[in-house]
Formats: sequence, structure tokens, C-alpha cells
Amino acid sequence: MTSLFEYAPAPESRSIVDIAPSYGLFIDGEFVDGTGEPFKTVNPATEEVLSQVSAGSDADVDRAVAAARRAFTRVWGPMRPADRGKYLFRIARLMQERSREFAVLESLDNGKPIRESRDVDVPLAAAHFFYHAGWADKLDHAGLGPGPRPLGVAGQVIPWNFPLLMLAWKVAPALATGNTVVLKPAETTPLTALLFAEICQQADLPPGVVNIVTGAGDTGRAVVEHDDVDKVAFTGSTEVGRSIARAVAGTRKSLTLELGGKAANIVFDDAPIDQAVEGIVQGIFFNQGHVCCAGSRLLVQESVHDEVIASLQRRISTLRVGDPLDKNTDLGAINSAEQLARIHELSDIGEAEGAQRWQPDCVLPDRGFWFPPTIFTQVSPAHRIARDEVFGPVLSVLTFRTPDEAVAKANNTTYGLSAGIWSEKGSRILKIANQLRAGVVWANTFNKFDPTSPFGGYKQSGYGREGGRHGLTGYLKGATHS
Amino acid sequence: MTHVLDPGALSDDTRVLTAPTPPYDDVTRSDSAFRTFLHGLPGVDQVGAESRVAVLGTRSIKTTSKAWAIDTAISMVDLTTLEGADTPGKVRSLAAKARRPDPSDPACPHVAAVCVYGDLAGVAREALGDSGIHVAAVATAFPSGRASRAVKIADVEDAVANGADEIDMVIDRGAFLTGRYLDVYEEIVAVKEACGDAHLKVILETGELVTLDNVRRASWIAMLAGGDFIKTSTGKVNPAATLPVSLVMLEAVRDFRAATGRQVGFKPAGGIRTTKDAIKHLVLINETVGPDWLDPAWFRFGASSLLNDLLQQRQKLRTGHYSGPDYVSVD
Repeated sequence: MTSLFEYAPAPESRSIVDIAPSYGLFIDGEFVDGTGEPFKTVNPATEEVLSQVSAGSDADVDRAVAAARRAFTRVWGPMRPADRGKYLFRIARLMQERSREFAVLESLDNGKPIRESRDVDVPLAAAHFFYHAGWADKLDHAGLGPGPRPLGVAGQVIPWNFPLLMLAWKVAPALATGNTVVLKPAETTPLTALLFAEICQQADLPPGVVNIVTGAGDTGRAVVEHDDVDKVAFTGSTEVGRSIARAVAGTRKSLTLELGGKAANIVFDDAPIDQAVEGIVQGIFFNQGHVCCAGSRLLVQESVHDEVIASLQRRISTLRVGDPLDKNTDLGAINSAEQLARIHELSDIGEAEGAQRWQPDCVLPDRGFWFPPTIFTQVSPAHRIARDEVFGPVLSVLTFRTPDEAVAKANNTTYGLSAGIWSEKGSRILKIANQLRAGVVWANTFNKFDPTSPFGGYKQSGYGREGGRHGLTGYLKGATHS
Repeated sequence: MTHVLDPGALSDDTRVLTAPTPPYDDVTRSDSAFRTFLHGLPGVDQVGAESRVAVLGTRSIKTTSKAWAIDTAISMVDLTTLEGADTPGKVRSLAAKARRPDPSDPACPHVAAVCVYGDLAGVAREALGDSGIHVAAVATAFPSGRASRAVKIADVEDAVANGADEIDMVIDRGAFLTGRYLDVYEEIVAVKEACGDAHLKVILETGELVTLDNVRRASWIAMLAGGDFIKTSTGKVNPAATLPVSLVMLEAVRDFRAATGRQVGFKPAGGIRTTKDAIKHLVLINETVGPDWLDPAWFRFGASSLLNDLLQQRQKLRTGHYSGPDYVSVD
């Protein structure tokens, strides 16, 4: 590309948000120092240290669970449901008021482009609180059986790819249904959860209703395995999910898991090609591909393969990779050195297995963790890049000849979180969608989320649903779905 | 009406036409062949097109890039007056503004063309002299296009004789909407011939075609028939140049060049009133068809009030403060 129309840097101001040099844990309505070994959180785009954060020890987790139990028994559980709703509405409004702070902080700590944190993550997080606030006093009429009751204390562990949004997916339904929570944010992205703790204070949420315990895997394990936790909710890798399922097995705890994915994005020859290309890009490069439901396997009908790939390469060449705080950035930084290493490893395996790697000319920053947008063609269903979740901006392209073959290949995965169908023929879309073993199927779009729509997976993508009426059942006793 | 499956369709093969550019030289051999071709173009998903332009609309164009964009946009304006009340005096005053949009700043670029009705093309020609600014004239029973072929051709010949370098014609939307695609095509071919050396811009009037699928088909008809530019609207029908329509037409000129090697220009017209709208269009070009179209030879804005907004924004960038409408000339 020539440089005829260069966009001057348009960075969002960092000074909008104050980052403290160190943070404690949020327990019983107060920030307190943790007793574990503190850790540093860095900006993945520059490797600059943003802050030092307390790690929760077993004793800290114990205090947090005790606070949550107290709040559940004395305040939040007995509270009039309409009043619980008021608190949630207040939190939602405060999140909107402070949305710029949240967006900048999320982009700094996670590496995602400000366009996405500003236009997707933060508005959706607020929308989840608004949506669930509305349910708080209507649970008797949700069609979940008579008088559904809260479970008690929920222990929740969330990932680093959508730190604030995953918090909202977990906290909003738990509180709306009358539970209290102990939440463990991801080790590399704790900052927006701690800003959310400030919002809880600002909203006068009763102490102990929300507790946030930062830390790494050990802290998460302490939350999940704590005896006084009634409900465990986890979003993250299938590997960790499996160990949680093992730890919870045989206890009274109820469990929901939202794990990995290897979604098929199926493009038929009668698809609206330009919009399909846009959807493929949105499917795999949204949030650097750090998306459990990313459309990481493109299944394209052989008769339009060359046309689609040529179009896709032209489009990918226009993606703007760089400073996450620049409003014109499309693709930000990879969240951690560890994740970057995994993406490199799987890409190298892809090449070694005989797939064809293509990357556009793009200059990556010198510091920080970066990976260019990548597509692999000539991928066979037996290749590891067609089977393993890369969790990065790497697309594997496979082909099919008939609708049956498309369905067979799409379902040939150990996961089953999401899928996409591109066709101008409505009857085909409905038929194929019914045959796909995936929790979410998008038609002529991809990676669209809404609090009213249940989200969750088949097979090793986990169990339980989040969002919508279905999502409420995971936090209610005796809820029978009709 | 004929259809690809209609056995009578083949008997229609009697027309003599200028064949389009290879590899499409056989698609206009019959009504049914042409229909099959046009309906075989990939569909456009309206929701997807809208969300694409919405994302591009968030591009933040600041400082040096904004200054470049404003000057480039000014140089791409077809400064337009298309009123029943137009007079030679009005056209002369518009021509003066076209030559020197900002009297206080000689560094301000001039516009690309002045666009008038055919009878006033001579006045515009004389007033613009050797400035290098083109005279564009609307013709073919603009804006409705409801007249016989002979009248339309006479309209074009008259405008060219009056000194127009560019002819902005309207397609026969009635014929298009009843599926007589070959009639639409033939008429454009005939008008192109009547244009002689003048450049032909083909107005689709997308507000009357309504669907994006129609916009894509009409774009292809105009390009296959030899149009030098495809243009969204007359400015007399709402909606006019919306961003999704512009996106689809830009994709059409991009795909047409990729297939035939011939580059066709694009002109959105009507409804583009602010610098922000203009910059959104430049971003759209930059990120869909690329910089080859970022040139007045290949891209124009059909507009009247846009120029003053561009000038005010330009003054703001230059002086650091906003002036008011009295600091730019009324047209």
C-alpha cells in the first residue's frame, strides 16, 4: 500500500484513568493487603509494569468466603428482590458513567484495541448488569419453576481475554438471583476487576456481596475447593476446567464451565462474499483471536475457495496492527509472553505439517508481545492447527464440496462452542444450523453477543449456559427449565 | 419478460450491440444471458454492509491527516447547482468560487468541476476558461429520465456542443425495476456514443433501486456499457449517497478493474454535507479500493453545501479557531 492517506496517531488519553502503584484484595467491602506473594501486572503492548497486585492466600480466600457467607445470610439473601435490582441498576449506570476509564484500563492491561474495549467490552458489560437487574424481582415469572432460591456463595474464576466482560457475565446473574460472590480475576489482567470493586463501593453495595481476590492458579484453586462455596463458575481453558470438574466431583457444589473452542465458520458458494470476508476477519481477528468462540476453522466451499482467499488476503492487508490505545488500531497486542509462545509453537507445527502460512507485510512494534494476522491454507482435518485451540490471530482454512461434508467437518472437533454459516439461502442456513453440534450458531454474522442470548458449549467446550433466561438456572436452587 | 428457463428467450438474440470489455463480451448477447449474469453476482448482505461502514466510521482522522483529507476532498468536489431558478449570473458566481474557493488563502486547491444543467454549460465553460476545472452537465431528461431515447440523446449532444467535458446521465430506473436490463445497458451505450470525448458518469439513483443487490447489478450494467464513472444519485431523491451504497459501488469498481483491467470512477452525490461525511468517504475508499481511487480523476463528491463546510474546517485547522458562516462565501 502506498502512504497517500496515512492516519496520524489518534491515541486515547491514558490520563483518564488513575492506576495505583499497588492494589490489595477487595474483601468485605474494603481493600486489604493479601498475605500471598504480590505479583506485577504489565502492559503487554510495551512490557511496562502497570501496578503491583496482592495475591490471595488460602487464608485470604477463607476470609473472603466467610464475608460472602455473612453477606448472603444476613443482607443479600433476605433483601427484597426489587432492592437487589436497584443495586444492580446503580452498578450498571456507574459502569456507563466511567466507561472511558474502564476502556482505557482494559486496553492497557489486556492489550486489546481501544475500539473494541470502548465499543464492545464495556458497553456489553454494562448491558449484562442492566439485563440482570431487570430479572432480580421477576424470577418467579421466569418459567424456572415455583419460588426459585439462590444457591449461596458463588466462587468464580475468569480468564484474561475479556476481563471486565467475563466479570459481568459471572457477577450480574449471581447477584440478581440473590447469591454473593468471591471472584478471582486472571493473573495477567486484574485491574478492571479492581476498578469494578471501586464501583461496588461507590454504589454502596453491602460489604461482602462482591469479593475480589486476585492471584494466580493457587488462589483460583483455593476459591474453587473451598468447603463453604456452593457454586463454582469457571471460564477458561479446557485443561483447567477438567481439573476443576475433578475437584468439584462428589461435593454438593453446582458447577458451570465455559471452556475452549475450535469453531467452524462455513462459507457456501452462494454467500454474500464481501460480507463473508468481513465476518471471517471479525471471527478470527476480533480481540487478537483470544476468543473461545473464535471462528478459527474456515470451511469454504471449493468452488469459491480461490476467490474468498484472494479477497481475504486483500482485506487482511488493510488491518492496522499496533498501539492498542490508538483509536484506529484493529489488532492489538498478544496478552502475555506465555500465550505468544504458544501461538508461535502451534504455527510452527502447522508449517511443519505441510500447511501453507500467509501473513501480510506488517511492521510490528519492537517491544511488547505481537503476532501478525495469519492464515494457513491447505490445512487438513488431521493437522494440529485444525484441531487444537490456538487462541491467537491464526486462521486455518479447510475446504468442502457438499453440505454434508461441511457439517461432518464442522462437527469433527472435541469442542462445540460456536459456529458460523454464510449463505444467501435461508432454508440452507436453518437446516445446517440444526445439524451443527455447537452452542451458538451465527448466520451471516460472527462474534455477536447479547445479554439476552444464552451462551455455552457442547462436548469439551463445557456445560451450563450464561446469559438469557437459561443463564439464571445456574444460580438457582430447584430451577427447572421449561 | 424473458427468463433463463424461458424457451422463447433465445429468439431474442437479434440485437446488435457494442460488446462489453472481455471477459464479459458475451454476457449481453441476450436478455436472458444478461439477467443470468447479473443475478449471478454475489449477493450483498445489508446488515453486514452496514456494520462494515459503521466500523470504518469510527476512524479518527486528526491533525496532518485531516488537513490532507480536507484539501483532497476540496479538489474532488463537483460544485453543483441544479435548480429551475439557475441563471447565468448564478453559474458565473459558482464558477468564481470553484476557481478560488477560499479568497483569503491562495493555497486552497480549486474544485474538480462545476455541475450544471446542459443549457448553462456554455456559461460555465466561458467562466471557467483555462482554469483546468471541468464543466459537467446533467442530461438525459435529468432527474427522472422519463423521455424517449431520441430526446435523451439530443439532450446529451446539446450539452456537449455547449462545452461540457463531462455528462452526468440517469439510467432508466423503470426499465431496471421491470427487469429489462438490456434496455438499460443499450441506452447507456447509446449515450456514451453521443458523448464523444466527454466523460460519462452514470447515475443509478440508488434511492429508487432500494436494495443493495440492485445497486450492485446496476453498477455492473453501467460499467459494462462503458460508463467512465458510476454515480449514486441525482440529489433529487432521498436517500441519496449513503455509506453502505457507496461501499457496494466501490466494491463493484474494484471487482470490475480486477476482472477487466479497466478502472471506473465513483461519485457519491446528494446528502454529503459535512467534512465528517466527506472524510468517512475518503476512509471508505482508502480501506476498500485503495489509494488508486484517491484522486479527482477517479473520485468526485457531487455536492453544493459541502464545500463551505470543508472551507470552515480548513480555516479552523489553519487558525486554530472556528469562524462562522460569514467567513466563507454564499453561493
